[in-house]
Amino acid sequence: MTDTALNPSAFQAHGDHGHHHDAAHDHPGFFARWFMSTNHKDIGTLYLIFAIFAGIVGGAISGLMRAELAAPGIQYLPTWAAMLSGGDVTFDQALNLWNVLITAHGLIMVFFMVMPAIIGGFGNWFVPIMIGAPDMAFPRMNNISFWLLPPSFMLLLASPFFGGGAGTGWTVYAPLSTYGSPGPAVDMAILSLHLSGASSILGAINFITTIFNMRAPGMTLHKMPLFVWSVLVTAFLLLLALPVLAAAITMLLTDRNFGTTFYDPAGGGDPVLYQHLFWFFGHPEVYIMILPGFGIVSQIVATFSRKPVFGYLGMAYAMVAIGVVGFVVWAHHMFTTGLSVNTKMYFTAATMVIAVPTGIKIFSWIATMWGGSMSFKTPMVWAIGFIFMFTVGGVTGVVLANGGVDDYMHDTYYVVAHFHYVLSLGAVFALFAGFYYWFPKMSGKMYSELLGQLHFWVFFVGVNVLFFPMHFLGLQGMPRRYPDYPDAFAFWNHIASVGYGIMAIGVMIFLVNIVYSLVAGRKAEGNPWGEGATTLEWTLTSPPPFHQFETLPVIEDGKHH
Amino acid sequence: MDRNARTALLAAIGVASMTGLGFASVPLYRVFCQVTGLNGTTQKAAAAPGAVKGKIVTVAFDSNVSKDMPWQFAPEQRTERAALGARKMAFFTAKNLSDKAVTGTATFNVTPDQAGKYFNKIQCFCFSEQTLKPGEEVRMPVVYFVDPKLADDPDAASVQEITLSYTFYPVDSGKKAS
Repeated sequence: MTDTALNPSAFQAHGDHGHHHDAAHDHPGFFARWFMSTNHKDIGTLYLIFAIFAGIVGGAISGLMRAELAAPGIQYLPTWAAMLSGGDVTFDQALNLWNVLITAHGLIMVFFMVMPAIIGGFGNWFVPIMIGAPDMAFPRMNNISFWLLPPSFMLLLASPFFGGGAGTGWTVYAPLSTYGSPGPAVDMAILSLHLSGASSILGAINFITTIFNMRAPGMTLHKMPLFVWSVLVTAFLLLLALPVLAAAITMLLTDRNFGTTFYDPAGGGDPVLYQHLFWFFGHPEVYIMILPGFGIVSQIVATFSRKPVFGYLGMAYAMVAIGVVGFVVWAHHMFTTGLSVNTKMYFTAATMVIAVPTGIKIFSWIATMWGGSMSFKTPMVWAIGFIFMFTVGGVTGVVLANGGVDDYMHDTYYVVAHFHYVLSLGAVFALFAGFYYWFPKMSGKMYSELLGQLHFWVFFVGVNVLFFPMHFLGLQGMPRRYPDYPDAFAFWNHIASVGYGIMAIGVMIFLVNIVYSLVAGRKAEGNPWGEGATTLEWTLTSPPPFHQFETLPVIEDGKHH
Repeated sequence: MDRNARTALLAAIGVASMTGLGFASVPLYRVFCQVTGLNGTTQKAAAAPGAVKGKIVTVAFDSNVSKDMPWQFAPEQRTERAALGARKMAFFTAKNLSDKAVTGTATFNVTPDQAGKYFNKIQCFCFSEQTLKPGEEVRMPVVYFVDPKLADDPDAASVQEITLSYTFYPVDSGKKAS
């Protein structure tokens, strides 16, 4: 690796010859390439495949939940519980299956779908390329990061077969998770969290080192694409938040198995301490899921408006501000645990402060589109859908931020609607946007524009029909985490379940589109998006050579972001 | 050491210190509660200021035992009326139901939470460990007062009843309670 300055055209030519060059390297065989991979692009692909698989599992679980909730009464749970245990079950065991389902859905979607896809998948694929680096700083550690996830996922998936499953909710609150849930299932879920946390921490160290030390000549921090900025901020959040979760759940484990009483008042502990520790991790965690989405949307909006992002520095530092303030607002998840009025006032105000940098981002995206030469390709419609839906979820978030209002809203479906608007319609829309945006680059094949647009519209209608009625249910007082409800809530629950069906059709179209595009897709050029796509990945072939940038690119002044 | 190793080391130190902070939060949280009265943590005082005219609150007593504790434990009276600032004494009785000597100690707090920083104990059986011989029964006093400043705090002024709750749990002899 030398610092030889090359002009961009020479470096482009190098990219074109990448495939011939590859042959000179010994190309690893199938097993070595995919199971012992140290190549950031291959690891990114593994992450994406893993996330799609986990997403299907987690999505299918939510389908079971919507089926049970489609009408009042307990319909299917006893049957499913009997199938799972292979024998007769009591009614209480059947109801416990509900808790197991909501727990699995939450944990899978957070730790095994969104995070692997958005950080492990797109982060691994495009952070090194966008900063002009040949690979991640620690390729072998990158491999460990990925391969910690499958055993972690297997632990979680196997837990329902041991003692009825982990029915604690994704928050794993004590005392339900300590003496409220005997049996090995909850221990397995906690160990699963340990493993996936270790995976994410190693990944975060890798990203921070890569971004700080391996940028190509001329690629200053203030010239980095916003997606790289977003992953950098996310990596810091992971680094500082996940160890606290690890400590908190380690103490859960010792409370469960070794007779300590960290969270047990009958022994000098305090269950509220667990909630503080969990949400000290949990609130940054929601930004961990959404910040890379902000980065992806910034790239896409700029590309398809053929304009640089409006207010680049404001956009970058808005993400830093969100990350910093995100660490001091955690107790807004705990407004009903008996906080004093003054404490509630602080956490209400601090939470609302986050709306300021978030607003900066929303308006900067709109200003980027303003007067731009826009084209509404599939990635762009997903990105615009993201901006629209994330704003809806952000507004309900400002409502919930009020300590007084939250006394009423806490643990109702209004909260469920809020966090699904920012995650299921926010982070997931960003994931689909990024997937369509980079699919030609990653696979070398164009996706089907027709199927992509169809996927968007069906999915968009589906999730809105699914989640918007939950606002009404919440305002009417329907609590979360119950498998049954009074007849008064039947109408909107039925509508929501219909919405799930529409959304599921959208996911089918997505899967068909992947298969169709991989098999019969048109070959993608190096840059299929035209002059709006200015980041370094579009200077390479599609797919990029096995090793890119063996001669580092040089970023000139006044170009880029 | 090359740059990458140095950056990674700094990051790993960050991880280690946050892990440490996670565990250190257990004692830090306890100290924080004691200082601020958060979660209804009561305060200690040497003497009561004496009754002041005006408000009288009801103090209710609640008693619990850990499931591993073979004791019977109850207040002698469920409630009493206390003028702000007045020194009051209440008695609890505990009886060891097992055939072994058992050492226990009690955790405590008050509700509503905002009364915690105004509820002062001068003397309490919960300050130390208690050992009961098999079948032994004892009366245990707690001496307390409610700080008159309660009436000046806009968050706490409306409090009419304060519940003082104890939970006894066993301690291994020689080992401090966690």
